[in-house]
Amino acid sequence: MSRVGVFVCHCGSNIAGTVDVERVAEEAGKLPGVVLATTNKYMCSAPGQQAVKDAIVEHGLDRIVIASCSPRMHEATFRKMLAGTDINPYMLEIANVREQCSWVHKEKEVGTPKAVDLVKMAVAKVNYDAPLTTTTIPVNKRALIIGGGIAGMQAALDIADAGYPVTIVEKEPSLGGKMVMLDKTFPTMDCSACICTPKMTDVGAHPNITIKTLAEVESVGGYVGNFEVTIREKAKYVDYDSCTGCGLCETKCPQKVESEFDQGLAQRRAIYRPFAQAVPAKPSIDAAHCRKLVDGKCGVCEKLCPCGSIKFDDVDKVSTETYGAIIVATGYQLIDWTKIYGEYGGGRYKDVISGLQFERLVNASGPTEGHIQRPSDNTEPKTLVIIKCVGSRDPEKGKSYCSRACCMYSAKHAHQYLDKVKDGRCYVFYMDVRAAGKGYDEFYMNTQHDGARYVRGRVSKIYNQNGKLICQGEDTLLGSQVVVEADMVVVETAMVPADDANRIGSMLGITRDKDLWLSEAHPKLRPVETNSGGIYLAGTCQGPKDIPDSVAQASAAAMKVAILFSKDELESNAMIAHSTTSLCNGCGACVSICPYTAITLEEITVRENSRMVTRPVSKVNPGLCQGCGACTVACRPGAMDLRGFTDEQIMKEVAALCQW
Amino acid sequence: MDTVNLSNVTNAQFEAVERIGKEAGVDYDDCYQCGKCTAGCPMAHAMDYAPRQIIRLLQLGLVEEALAAKTPWICAHCMVCSARCPQGVDITATMLAVRRESKRRGLKPARETDIFDDAFIGNVRSFGKSNEAILAAKYNLLSGHLMQDMLNAPKMAMRGMIGPKIHSVKDKDAVKCLVDKALNKGGE
Repeated sequence: MSRVGVFVCHCGSNIAGTVDVERVAEEAGKLPGVVLATTNKYMCSAPGQQAVKDAIVEHGLDRIVIASCSPRMHEATFRKMLAGTDINPYMLEIANVREQCSWVHKEKEVGTPKAVDLVKMAVAKVNYDAPLTTTTIPVNKRALIIGGGIAGMQAALDIADAGYPVTIVEKEPSLGGKMVMLDKTFPTMDCSACICTPKMTDVGAHPNITIKTLAEVESVGGYVGNFEVTIREKAKYVDYDSCTGCGLCETKCPQKVESEFDQGLAQRRAIYRPFAQAVPAKPSIDAAHCRKLVDGKCGVCEKLCPCGSIKFDDVDKVSTETYGAIIVATGYQLIDWTKIYGEYGGGRYKDVISGLQFERLVNASGPTEGHIQRPSDNTEPKTLVIIKCVGSRDPEKGKSYCSRACCMYSAKHAHQYLDKVKDGRCYVFYMDVRAAGKGYDEFYMNTQHDGARYVRGRVSKIYNQNGKLICQGEDTLLGSQVVVEADMVVVETAMVPADDANRIGSMLGITRDKDLWLSEAHPKLRPVETNSGGIYLAGTCQGPKDIPDSVAQASAAAMKVAILFSKDELESNAMIAHSTTSLCNGCGACVSICPYTAITLEEITVRENSRMVTRPVSKVNPGLCQGCGACTVACRPGAMDLRGFTDEQIMKEVAALCQW
Repeated sequence: MDTVNLSNVTNAQFEAVERIGKEAGVDYDDCYQCGKCTAGCPMAHAMDYAPRQIIRLLQLGLVEEALAAKTPWICAHCMVCSARCPQGVDITATMLAVRRESKRRGLKPARETDIFDDAFIGNVRSFGKSNEAILAAKYNLLSGHLMQDMLNAPKMAMRGMIGPKIHSVKDKDAVKCLVDKALNKGGE
């Protein structure tokens, strides 16, 4: 017979306020196998833990039940405590009488019997607990970073500086992401390129960093410490080993294409570097537009190239490599406002531009060399209207969330406009100004002193009248309708996850929220980890944020990788699925249901009914299995079982609950 | 209020706001429209625009609306708003500055208040203190509200608050000098 100890926690008044803990202990004492049932003010405190340890010795306990908060909170604490005793750390059950009981009830008459039931179930389960052990898995000390924006670059530099090799996979032809497109950064008005391009150069020159541009991750297998990643580097049609980056090819290419980097405000060639400071500083050919590649006529670049670097027969390179950790830094894109805001012209008016287009317009190396001009007629706009929350905080048309950075960059845009157009007027239509950050509110106030006129209210409609963009709105502070005749309108649009984020999230087993942002493991205490071991998040792929927050998160993710790499071996999860070969019929239902691709079918040869048979059975990879239990439910013959949550244990819990 | 076309606001209007601000010692861009001034104003119930809205009109350059408002004339100058403003905006001084500007422009959005104020100051200038009977007589005559508050006269007379004798302070001339100085400096 087992010797169970039950410990009921008061948690101050958190539990004791709505649960009669003494009565719970009294009832628990009557259960089969229970030799001790007691209470403690704070079970998780040092004296509380000591009391458990003492009781184990005194009463010869061989397993324990702790009725306290959620196992998510303190299961690890109590396991650690048991590691110092004679009991195996897995001979422990937590009855959650706080989050699932005392916090959701108001009266003791309701809370107490429920707590008793929860303890009954835990005791029934703990009686069937078996000692579990963990195994170790080796760590491959190389990191993969998906995305070469500011977050990806910062994470790469930090990990590389810690001495580990890093590979950056970037889908564009250059590193830099969105930050390098910006003109200046708030609130210090540092030139964005001046602080971003040195980082790009550092990444390019770092001996521990490998850059793969125009590349994407095709598939990911394996598990923490041992990810097998297949990367496809698209054909660049330029041999980067011999190319010197002289740029002659770009000047003579006859094919012009709208520049992605300049947000469609300027044109680039079919062979191009997206911008002058690109890293790598070498061009690539846009196969969709190159005349030679499309219809076989042209090849000017090939004739001109002094190094013979143009290779029209270049093909995609696919490679598979092993990495120990992955940081996802896929970033954001701006919501396509033209599709959802018909009332703002839906893209019909050339002079209604996005914030990112304004960044290019005001940038000294942008299409207008920094002169603020209307895209329609190249004249200087004398009245600028800035509309905030376009797509943000708009559950009907856009997104329900606040995009966080727009308040500050719209203040920056207003400041930049008033700085460059001395006789200009600038109206900012806003709902709230959220300027939480060091020096942010001061920046916003200064912008108002620069002359920006903030009008509290959303613009309801923009229409064209005699070449002016009439913006109809309300000043809710005045309580009156207002109208502004604008020459140019900037819509500060919502951030949404990058196109690829959903695909990468599902490939890596990262959960996504309703807006497809990648979810962190815990919003407060594990903000850079994901629920998949060895996979971390950095930057805006996790949610809208500004540059300082992205950089901070990137360094945090890099630190997590460095911690992982500081060990040669990892302890595996003990509570994982395992298959009983004799029961498995090889149907493969577990293989298709496993979200972590941890189960495979394997041929085995066994003696059955006096003859040798070869048949497929399922096999669990202990490094990949996260112990979710989906396979145990799917398994019809009952071959698949989860250690620590066996079918037998769960049936015993149900039985305990249903006893009258 | 009708729809306001902000594009029609002229630079002259913004300059007028700047002048008012200078007179009051206030930069209206300091105001972030929190409403604390209005929240504590004992006269807000009687105003056409809340004190915060007067500042808002000035921020947008809608100076004529501010000058035509009754609010500055209803303001009791208790200074609660100025004392409590988190941004240090002197709202009371603004009310005075707006009043002076509208007087300069010959606007009298609150004719009675203006008549009363002039009568009051004239009274103080002449006698060194306010003389209720003369104040009432002067106000009622000038405003045309001949019988206003007349029913109070007997009671006030019985309590000695008004009477045939005109009271004045000892050094009338000193007070007169004081009032003149204030008026010369643009007071009203």
